[in-house]
Amino acid sequence: MRLLVHVHHDDGEFNANSLGVLAAAAGLGAETVAFVAGSGLDDAWAGGLGGHGASKVLVADEPALAGGLSQPIVDAMEGPAGEADGILFGAGVVSADVAAGLAARIGAGIACETTAISLDGDALVAVRPALGDSVMVESGFQNGPGVVLARANAFAPNESPSGDAAPVERVPVSVADWSQAARLTGREEAEAGGADITEADVLVAVGRGMGGPENVPLVEALAKAAGGEVAATRAVVDAGWVPYSMQVGQTGKTVSPKLYIACGVSGAIQHKVGMANAGTIVAINKDVNAPIHEFADVSVIGDALTIVPRLTEALQARRG
Amino acid sequence: MKIAVCVKEVPSATAARRLDPSSNRLDRSGDSELNPFDVHALEEAVRIREGGAEVEEIVAVCMGPESAQRVLAKALALGADRAVLLTDEALAGSDIAGTASALAAVLGREQPDLVLLGQQAADADCYVMAAAVADQLKRPLVTQVAHLDLDGSALKAKRQTEHGYDLIEAPLPAVVSVSDAINTPRLPSIKAIMGAKKKPLDRLSAADAGIDPASVGSAGAHSVVRSVAPPEAKAAGVTIEDSGGDSAEKVVAILAEKGLV
Repeated sequence: MRLLVHVHHDDGEFNANSLGVLAAAAGLGAETVAFVAGSGLDDAWAGGLGGHGASKVLVADEPALAGGLSQPIVDAMEGPAGEADGILFGAGVVSADVAAGLAARIGAGIACETTAISLDGDALVAVRPALGDSVMVESGFQNGPGVVLARANAFAPNESPSGDAAPVERVPVSVADWSQAARLTGREEAEAGGADITEADVLVAVGRGMGGPENVPLVEALAKAAGGEVAATRAVVDAGWVPYSMQVGQTGKTVSPKLYIACGVSGAIQHKVGMANAGTIVAINKDVNAPIHEFADVSVIGDALTIVPRLTEALQARRG
Repeated sequence: MKIAVCVKEVPSATAARRLDPSSNRLDRSGDSELNPFDVHALEEAVRIREGGAEVEEIVAVCMGPESAQRVLAKALALGADRAVLLTDEALAGSDIAGTASALAAVLGREQPDLVLLGQQAADADCYVMAAAVADQLKRPLVTQVAHLDLDGSALKAKRQTEHGYDLIEAPLPAVVSVSDAINTPRLPSIKAIMGAKKKPLDRLSAADAGIDPASVGSAGAHSVVRSVAPPEAKAAGVTIEDSGGDSAEKVVAILAEKGLV
């Protein structure tokens, strides 16, 4: 039984979601092989994955893998995947694309949004919450290896990785022309500055239900009245209402404030994974079917645009 | 230029979603709708045309049961010129790889310059179909695109990752999944809804599309549902209807009780 774990990395830093899956795979007792792809990779750096549970590290090192896009990585992984009984991925934009491309390439089953893995004899089993997290679905695989893609923050890395280096093996890489036709031409890094929302006790989140960027000050006023900071969903960050540094969720920050007031936030899974551990969640959303009402502690069914200013006033009135 | 938009029929957000205990498949007997994420892909196709690019045809492609004709009618009302429904009992129960190969078979016949998809399906919350389809088609891929510009025979895209924004360029033909932040879809006009009825809707069987029935559907599925169980029970939340005008005071009272304000 061999499990192959793709470890995403950026700027020399291993991705925490990948390390979490690596640790979980190692905990199953099967042979756990890590896979890293890139250009100009250092063997000692890659071998450090031994401390996170890898018994061996496969390194695919080739200029075409430098951009970090998914398709060349699928090409590089195809060979090693053929020798694995299960291929595991942490959550992430690139990781998901590699997982899906690889599953299509080798004709494997893929389990998405996985929150737990186990072995039943020699069979890999993946569990995911589905249908708005209302059921837990346990999936297995047949006629080939299984591909498992984890939910964001579902698996935690080893908190104190050992210093054990794993043996490193360089694998041959052949990247097709079409796989490297898409090119990363630039990066707009996350803007620094502003409050660190991961440290705040109170967060007031703005979602698309607030209507437009002209209404962000209403949320800022509520945050001030509640003694907290403003956070945001990916949708409003992508739309340019507020900077990326304020984003909570899968491609944003993971937060666990004592109080989280979600204003016009639908509660899509990409957002939920970043804030589900908040102490108390208050949701204000006029859509009674919005997923956030399923997991909020206090759900207000109504228009956030009108309720947010009233909530600000009520908090101010209480403070006197 | 020809644009293909892949669309999916999903259970309506207002319908009770459940798994059919006899098959462990999603119960699709209730109300269904066009996957809301795909509406952004259709809107983007229309905007590309409106933006001055010479778009000869926008074709909506759907794999699904007979009932998916309705979501294709919606796609036509939203701006597609033609629709293709791939429907066959042999396709029922297809897993992601099977669905991707079936869609790729139809797209291979259509030969579009650009394939657009929504970033995810609202029923499965997976965001993997674009990458799987791109691999089957052997075309460049960009997913979760928040800004898309076409420049002759190439595209420029901006998409969010865990580190900020990636700027990606790719030659056409290419496969792109769009973020739900890429645009705000318009509602179709009555005229567009009526006009949609006159637009062609082609129906294909698996055999028509050259799909080997053994490679798709339950027969070809590589992933199987072993069991379904309820999640850990969580204390139900308090629901406040904003009808009496005092919902803000009620929230503050609850927070005060918890010592949060």
